Amino acid sequence: MPQRIAVQANVQPTADLLSELVAHLGQNRTQLREEWARRITESVLLTAMTKDEIFAEATSVYDNYVEVLETGSVEALQAYARNLSERIIPRGVETHEVVGIVLLLRDVLARSLFKKYQADFGLLNRVLDAYEPAANRIANTVAVGFVQERERIIRQQQEAIRELSTPVLQVRERLLILPIIGIVDSQRARQLTEQLLRGIRSNRAKVVVMDITGVPSVDSTVANHLVQTVEASRLLGATVIVTGLSPEIAQTLVTIGVDLTKMNTVGDLQGGIEEAERLLGYDVTSTGRLAAAHGDRE
Amino acid sequence: MLVPILRQGPYLIASIQSALTDADLLRLRDDLVEQVGRYRSRGVIVDVTVLDVMDSFAVRTISSLAQMIKLRGAETLLVGIQPEVAFTMVQLGLALTGVATALDLEEGLSYLDERDKGGERVGGR
Repeated sequence: MPQRIAVQANVQPTADLLSELVAHLGQNRTQLREEWARRITESVLLTAMTKDEIFAEATSVYDNYVEVLETGSVEALQAYARNLSERIIPRGVETHEVVGIVLLLRDVLARSLFKKYQADFGLLNRVLDAYEPAANRIANTVAVGFVQERERIIRQQQEAIRELSTPVLQVRERLLILPIIGIVDSQRARQLTEQLLRGIRSNRAKVVVMDITGVPSVDSTVANHLVQTVEASRLLGATVIVTGLSPEIAQTLVTIGVDLTKMNTVGDLQGGIEEAERLLGYDVTSTGRLAAAHGDRE
Repeated sequence: MLVPILRQGPYLIASIQSALTDADLLRLRDDLVEQVGRYRSRGVIVDVTVLDVMDSFAVRTISSLAQMIKLRGAETLLVGIQPEVAFTMVQLGLALTGVATALDLEEGLSYLDERDKGGERVGGR
């Protein structure tokens, strides 16, 4: 029999305790909210937001928090967390701040429970048993919501960057330039190569100047991608001239031992275009009119 | 399927019309190696425009064909490789070393003409 009582004591009163808890949090809403906002400011969190904004958000979070304790459903809170993240991420609010304020709220509420039930340790224990899992779930929900929103934004930005695809430009008949800017990963290298090959065919290019001045770093993977691009272009009958290898990149390539003997390299874009013109049989000469034109304008 | 081999001045042009079996490829190789001597050709152009797949056997056969033709005193030029095919070949490491390439038949002919005239070389190699 005692066992049965114990089970009842564990299960049955949880709901009652939670509703008592909710009532307590409802009664002390103003005071606890203020305490929480004060602790947030004290801990120098959410510095990107003004005091009033913090208080307004704190109120919403507080009400959502109490609602979750009351209904046990985190859906509304999830939606709110997403919405909140959407608003505060562009303002530079960090993950640690969001997690920090939710944990602060948990602490503030726990303290108030300690204070209320300090006379009865057994009751306090049971109240905490009911409160803690719910509180942890809330903290989890908010943090996950925030991180998910951030990841969504990062994915969106990656997509945007990818869509700013590398242009393949014709500078002269049969001469293309391909300025590569930014980090080259496998996916981009693939896209880039496909685009270049298509460009070679549609422009009937014979020489391509690939400028990598804007590529911050080159490792063996990227170098191999470049070699592959050069090889594939050769199969379409085009010569590739690689330009803009910085001293650091040149050192890296030599150190990691990438075989670049198949690559035709020239120092900068200008030199590359001049070399390409030579290969194509262009002879670009100055007419000496630059000075005259300048004089006309004056 | 038999690959027609056309004579165009001092060159031979093998214009592939459809996907080839391994046997067809070997037959093409043998025919070209034989005819390059018979017609005293200076260059051989293999047009692969219609091929949207080039497997390792095809690449190896063409490489060996080029080497054989070199030994017979002529040069081999592979023209019309599709961009997707080129990309796949490179990814699979099937580089056609020792075989010159050009965009299409027209380019290939002008490349061989240039070379015969001793002009500056562009592309290919």
